[in-house]
Amino acid sequence: MKYSLKHLEELEAEAIYVLREVYAQFENPVILFSGGKDSITITHLAKKAFFPARIPFALLHVDTGHNFPETIEFRDQLVESLGVRLIVGSVQQSIDEGRVLEEQGLNASRNMLQTTTLLDAIEEHQIDCAIGGGRRDEEKARAKERFFSHRDEFGQWDPKNQRPELWNLFNGKKNMGEHFRVFPISNWTEMDVWQYITDQEIQIPSIYFAHERKVVKRQNSWLPFSDFLQIRPGEEVLIKTVRFRTLGDITITGGIESDATTLEQVVAEVAAARETERGNRADDKRSETAMEDRKKEGYF
Amino acid sequence: MSDQQETELLRFTTAGSVDDGKSTLIGRLLYDSKSIFEDQLEAVRLSSSKKGLEHVELALLTDGLRDEREQGITIDVAYRYFATPKRKFIIADTPGHIQYTRNMVTGASTANLALILVDARHGVIEQTCRHSIIASLLQIPHLVLCVNKMDLVDYSEEAYNQVVKKFRSFASKLDIKDLRFIPISALHGDNVVSKSEKMPWYEGPSLLYTLETIHIGSDQNFIDCRFPVQTVIRPHSSDYPDYRAYAGRVAGGIFKPGDEVMVLPSGFQSKIQSIDTYNGPITEAFPPMSVAIRLEDDIDVSRGDMIVRINNKPEPTQDIDFMMCWLHHHPPRSRAKYLVRHTTNEVRAIIKEVQYKMDISTLHRNTDDKIISMNDIARVRMRTTHPLLVDSYRKNRNTGSIILIDEVTNETVAAGMII
Repeated sequence: MKYSLKHLEELEAEAIYVLREVYAQFENPVILFSGGKDSITITHLAKKAFFPARIPFALLHVDTGHNFPETIEFRDQLVESLGVRLIVGSVQQSIDEGRVLEEQGLNASRNMLQTTTLLDAIEEHQIDCAIGGGRRDEEKARAKERFFSHRDEFGQWDPKNQRPELWNLFNGKKNMGEHFRVFPISNWTEMDVWQYITDQEIQIPSIYFAHERKVVKRQNSWLPFSDFLQIRPGEEVLIKTVRFRTLGDITITGGIESDATTLEQVVAEVAAARETERGNRADDKRSETAMEDRKKEGYF
Repeated sequence: MSDQQETELLRFTTAGSVDDGKSTLIGRLLYDSKSIFEDQLEAVRLSSSKKGLEHVELALLTDGLRDEREQGITIDVAYRYFATPKRKFIIADTPGHIQYTRNMVTGASTANLALILVDARHGVIEQTCRHSIIASLLQIPHLVLCVNKMDLVDYSEEAYNQVVKKFRSFASKLDIKDLRFIPISALHGDNVVSKSEKMPWYEGPSLLYTLETIHIGSDQNFIDCRFPVQTVIRPHSSDYPDYRAYAGRVAGGIFKPGDEVMVLPSGFQSKIQSIDTYNGPITEAFPPMSVAIRLEDDIDVSRGDMIVRINNKPEPTQDIDFMMCWLHHHPPRSRAKYLVRHTTNEVRAIIKEVQYKMDISTLHRNTDDKIISMNDIARVRMRTTHPLLVDSYRKNRNTGSIILIDEVTNETVAAGMII
């Protein structure tokens, strides 16, 4: 039993192997950086994969303009400390340039608009591989994702026609104008990510921990109050102690009531949770196959 | 560190059709290990009633794609995750029908264990044989045959023994290192998580206990040292001006600082100066660790090279015999060249000869019909433009496996196990 790895060590070794394959197989890869725990974990793994050299990838942040202020602050500090390049794709700019139309109505969100901004950034910067923090346990369409996932020249995913992926032999071959999405932590669960963050003492934005915040109850979750949120008749802005299990656009990321202020408490809470982390994401609730439909168009 | 972190990872594959209770079994393992969340269950409940079903169709948990949900079949490999305090599990759940052989092969390629279900009433059928042959071909180290639906044969020891006997006789023709049998009822939970009281004649452990305790520590090759170089790490920074390390994942054997090594194909010899990780140098590296190796001498090493021990080298060869599973709907083109990917190396190759096609339900070797189409498994010989440093797949799954890529479409068209 001496020569065996613990499960997190094995998952880490797999992710590092994948990141090194990306570096070897692509010309201009970036890490899709949302400021969320999964992309922070990816960035940490990239640091380990190429140490003592710098991370050989830029970070690409698709900025909806509807951010948790804490996220932007965190992002800028991390970029500074790692000495990596930051590329920002701005959804606001896509709107201003008439590339996309802002959704209207009470359920309006910029979530769908990110796809255009992302694909524009990929084209503009000639990115041939975008590394994402997607995990197969997150969502049923993501359970079908490959580590190396091909996107055609329109950035589209064709889930029925994916390349078979055997052993750890990854095929990143493509034509000009096409690109790949690569998911090094495909095999991690939410629990694995939290345990890894705890184990490695990885810094994460403060909104993952319990804090007092102005919130509005909507569809069974606590949406953070912000300038971008349209309050509906009958809704009341309250102050609650909440934290967030995922981090997305501030208009669609619901919080949960929690007293967990340390990583250990967060892990304990995740272990006891009876709902998935995306259970509070309004973007997934639009239809049964909402994620698959968005992914086909080129979403994260 | 919490207790949960002190666990190993077990990857297993399942294959099956609609009726053999596979979905029920996976659903039960996930449910009983509390890996299904309430919102997931609620969504499945809702979808089931929309489809007019009276029961909660647990298959909808794994069938994620629109087409799969509409047609009620698993098309692709679905990965599911669950954990107990003892182990973490990754299930590669694959469709069992012959037209999805390629998906079964894909799921099997990374598995430590194959879980095969048999209906106690029907015994060993063609599909059982097919799954077992794939498990054997892909060298999955452990095979667990679950004789399911024991409730429908009155939990009869005799019925179980008949299935076991028949399967043992069939399996004697296969290459299975570790074979186990468990009588279960997935529907009622007998022998799934805990031992059933209805089958006192069965003295073995429950399925979950088996999955939690089966020894997987020897599944890797710890004898033959193989380190395929992925990339070279050169920081060019003021802190590390002359640092140069070879990054990769150990594919076999145990490497230590001070080891006399050889770099292939050049044949240059050197000693390992250190084995580096972000957390500092380590004293031993073994599969499947990702590390960076520094050598004492400044020699030319690049991606695709392999670091090995001087007295234990893989065979450099341009003529490669292998068992091929054809994955693509376009059959191989005559005289076409394919890209071959082997570890981190890539060469071009041409398929010279199909020796026989194998009937994967009977093991029969067909030397008359050698036309390859999707899902076929055949023994072929190929000639590569440059030597590959290969081991037999039996000896090492990492250095004995290849994929073929079509240079025109960039698609992965075949998987191969080197003989």
